[in-house]
Amino acid sequence: MAQSQANGGASPVAVDLTINGKSHALTLDPRATLLDVLREQLDLTGSKKGCDQGQCGACTVLIDGRRVLSCLTLAVMKDGASITTVEGLAKDGKLHPVQQAFIDHDAFQCGYCTPGQICSAVGLLAEGKAKSADEIRELMSGNICRCGAYPNIVAAIQQVMGHS
Amino acid sequence: MIGFHYARAGDVADAVRQISASPGAKFIAGGTNLVDLMKMDVEQPSKLIDVSKLPLTKVEPTAEGGLRIGALVPNSNLAYHPQIAQRYPVLSRALLAGASQQLRNMASVGGNLLQRTRCAYFYDIATPCNKRAPGSGCSAIDGLNRMNAILGTSDACIAVHPSDMCVALAVLEAKVHVAGPGGERAIALVDFHRLPGDTPQRDTNLNADELVIAVELPPRGFATNYTYLKIRDRLSYAFALVSVAVGLELEGGTIKEARFALGGVAHKPWRNPQAEAALRGRPADAGAFAEAADIVLRDAKGFGHNTFKISLARRAMVRALTQAARGTPQVQSNKKIA
Repeated sequence: MAQSQANGGASPVAVDLTINGKSHALTLDPRATLLDVLREQLDLTGSKKGCDQGQCGACTVLIDGRRVLSCLTLAVMKDGASITTVEGLAKDGKLHPVQQAFIDHDAFQCGYCTPGQICSAVGLLAEGKAKSADEIRELMSGNICRCGAYPNIVAAIQQVMGHS
Repeated sequence: MIGFHYARAGDVADAVRQISASPGAKFIAGGTNLVDLMKMDVEQPSKLIDVSKLPLTKVEPTAEGGLRIGALVPNSNLAYHPQIAQRYPVLSRALLAGASQQLRNMASVGGNLLQRTRCAYFYDIATPCNKRAPGSGCSAIDGLNRMNAILGTSDACIAVHPSDMCVALAVLEAKVHVAGPGGERAIALVDFHRLPGDTPQRDTNLNADELVIAVELPPRGFATNYTYLKIRDRLSYAFALVSVAVGLELEGGTIKEARFALGGVAHKPWRNPQAEAALRGRPADAGAFAEAADIVLRDAKGFGHNTFKISLARRAMVRALTQAARGTPQVQSNKKIA
């Protein structure tokens, strides 16, 4: 009873999510953000909680192929969606080209923003709107890197563009 | 975040029915602003009605030769839509100047219209704010007000509307189509947002039981002489200190039609018909632009930290009008201001 009052009497909601190709039938508090479901319920801690208010990009994931912020996404609203996190990018033991490029270019220092940067870069490449370094910087501006690895992040993305 | 009931809307009529039956309920679409505000306990809806799956995602031609944009078109899709990029480039540029690509992928057109101010005191529930708690006072007037308004303020509120998209829509003279229990109606974009007056808790003239279903653009898109110039504290992913959307029609070097609107300076996208009228028939030069800017700023009032915005806005207007007249709109990737 106390608990139902704490959540305003809201009922849990049944939600089906496909995460990194695996389907999950979940029963969720409507308040749960996708980020918290990934991290706290599914042990997918690659997506990071930086600011938790849409200002840093560390929680970036791909929903149906589009990059979005999981911290501002209510999981109950994504019933039936296909979600890719940084854990789902490598295939058959081989890193995704963006992951490999980040290593090749040393595109991180502390690494905290990196999963979000990588998911965002995968989304950017799928969009196909960025061609120049200026355009990469502008369309990656939603991912903050406090270590300041930006030049190497741009170089990593350019490497993948050159190879695709 | 306090608890809330969650329900999905089956169609527009069902959405309107549900919200009419639940005072305290709110619609949710992209959620980029509402979820944030709920985390901060600024918004405490008893129920969320999820409208994100409603079929309001088309961009269609109108009989008048304009476009009708479904309220759930994501901001990024709209910015890159070929008809928008070609015919209404000022709207495309304004959209791309706002937020980040992740947020633009989530945010809907309807939600962008309805986003709330980022005034720090509106977000901080420990401080008085007439917009959040009517009658409690305005902390910004004597507080940290660098981001706040210089035009159309009241003693009750000096918040600004944070949208970039709406500034371009004001220039394009868009209409907002809404559905309510009594049917549908259209509201001119310039009449959609309100000035704070003594009711700053009301951002818009949308009624609590109405749903935004579309935004309509008239045929005239100012695709040749336009710009969206946004001045902010960092080059991207920041709200405007001052922004200016411009649409001009020139005949030779003479201004035939002039429309311009400011963002970041008022509780709504700011247009001044007198300033625009003063430009018609004039040569498109810096002298005319400076006079028009002075008309806009005649009643501007700073509050200390934001007083610099008055001279910044004057220069931004002259620069933006010059960019539009020259046919060299501000580029959003290379931020050098030409």
